[in-house]
Amino acid sequence: MNETLTINTTINGRSRSIEVEVNHTLLDVLRDEVDLTGTKECCVVGECGACTVIIDGRPMNSCLMLAVEIDGSEVTTVEGLEIHGELNVLQASFLDESAAQCGFCIPGQLMSATALLHDNPDPTVEQVQEGLAGNLCRCAGYEQITKAVLAAAKEAMR
Amino acid sequence: MNRFQYARPETVAEAVALLEEYGDDARLLAGGTDLVIELRNRWVEPKVVIDLKHIPELTPSITVRDDVLSISASTVMTDIAEDELVQRHFPALVEAAVVVGSVQIRARATLAGNICNGSPAADTSPPLLVYDAVVVIAGPEGTRRTPVDDFIVGPGKTSLGRGELVTAVELPIPQRPFGAAYTRLTRRRGTDLASITLCCGVDTDGHTRLAYGSVGPRAFLEIDDTGTLADPSVSIEEKVAPLDQLFHRASPSPKSLRASPDYRLAMLRVLGARALETALGRLTKEQV
Repeated sequence: MNETLTINTTINGRSRSIEVEVNHTLLDVLRDEVDLTGTKECCVVGECGACTVIIDGRPMNSCLMLAVEIDGSEVTTVEGLEIHGELNVLQASFLDESAAQCGFCIPGQLMSATALLHDNPDPTVEQVQEGLAGNLCRCAGYEQITKAVLAAAKEAMR
Repeated sequence: MNRFQYARPETVAEAVALLEEYGDDARLLAGGTDLVIELRNRWVEPKVVIDLKHIPELTPSITVRDDVLSISASTVMTDIAEDELVQRHFPALVEAAVVVGSVQIRARATLAGNICNGSPAADTSPPLLVYDAVVVIAGPEGTRRTPVDDFIVGPGKTSLGRGELVTAVELPIPQRPFGAAYTRLTRRRGTDLASITLCCGVDTDGHTRLAYGSVGPRAFLEIDDTGTLADPSVSIEEKVAPLDQLFHRASPSPKSLRASPDYRLAMLRVLGARALETALGRLTKEQV
């Protein structure tokens, strides 16, 4: 049994060995230890989705996980979406559709949308809404966000 | 979060030994969607958190043996919703699994955790009751099996004793045509706790199993053997009274912010009738 533990994980394609406090959440470690602050802390009860990251292909709330739980897993944060320093199709689509207002929820929205489009490259409006139901936007930019995801899907399939 | 030790047992026996040693000072970690909130808010301050996800026999799996479908303790809602066997034999469980929390929660929350957490509003309790699920429990005395109806006790309470943990949930595959449906009442679509959870199952011998939650300290199972409810030729109007009798244990709290007692009781009948109709429709399809 431990109060700290060294975990081995791949974050945004880079293998890392990190010593973590066992009572720290994945969100805390990403932001404070790994310095990836794109992932946001907001409700910390798993309702808002601002802390969403993709772990082994599935979107999860990093505020609801202990960092030790990603030992051996692959994690993608919003910083892992860009391709050679350029925005990827989905990110560019968010920009084109003016989907970001205050912007605080956008990293989480992007991660949920990334996971959705990976499983379902051609979603309906309803499927986008369901896929992103765990991501709240207090600016209420849902129309633009949904449009951006649909536009990205279209663009990716061209 | 308080400081705690993190344990990562590799066998069920090790986990049981830790539970026996620490008792109430130990907390089990499967998906963590309830536990991590409790830890952060210091509602619980355990000395040790026992992560079950490194025990090979508890890793996510859905298997069938001797007409019993077994769902291991760390199987998450997404796994259940996507599984073809569960879809084929237990559609009402799928309907419950896909409305738990959000996509992110379902990727993490386990079925075993859902019933162990003991929420009266747990989405999966009603279908597990209707499908006559059995909870497999490991403990100091070995393995025991208990019907889910005996396992669920009340808010935050189960029949688990000291040193015990759930290793799997088993569902007997119906050997005769059985139609079942799950439905719930929430304030809005998307992520919300249910104001009513309800599952209804019917067979061709006139048996109706109806379970409902979020209107009392736990989800209740009622069985109607009169044949009236399960008879597709009897109109829904004629079923209102016998249906109402099944809800005699409903006692919604006036303190809840989600819905008033009157509203819940009124909607209970509506949801009951709806689930019954859907279940009968599915039963008819099964017979074709």
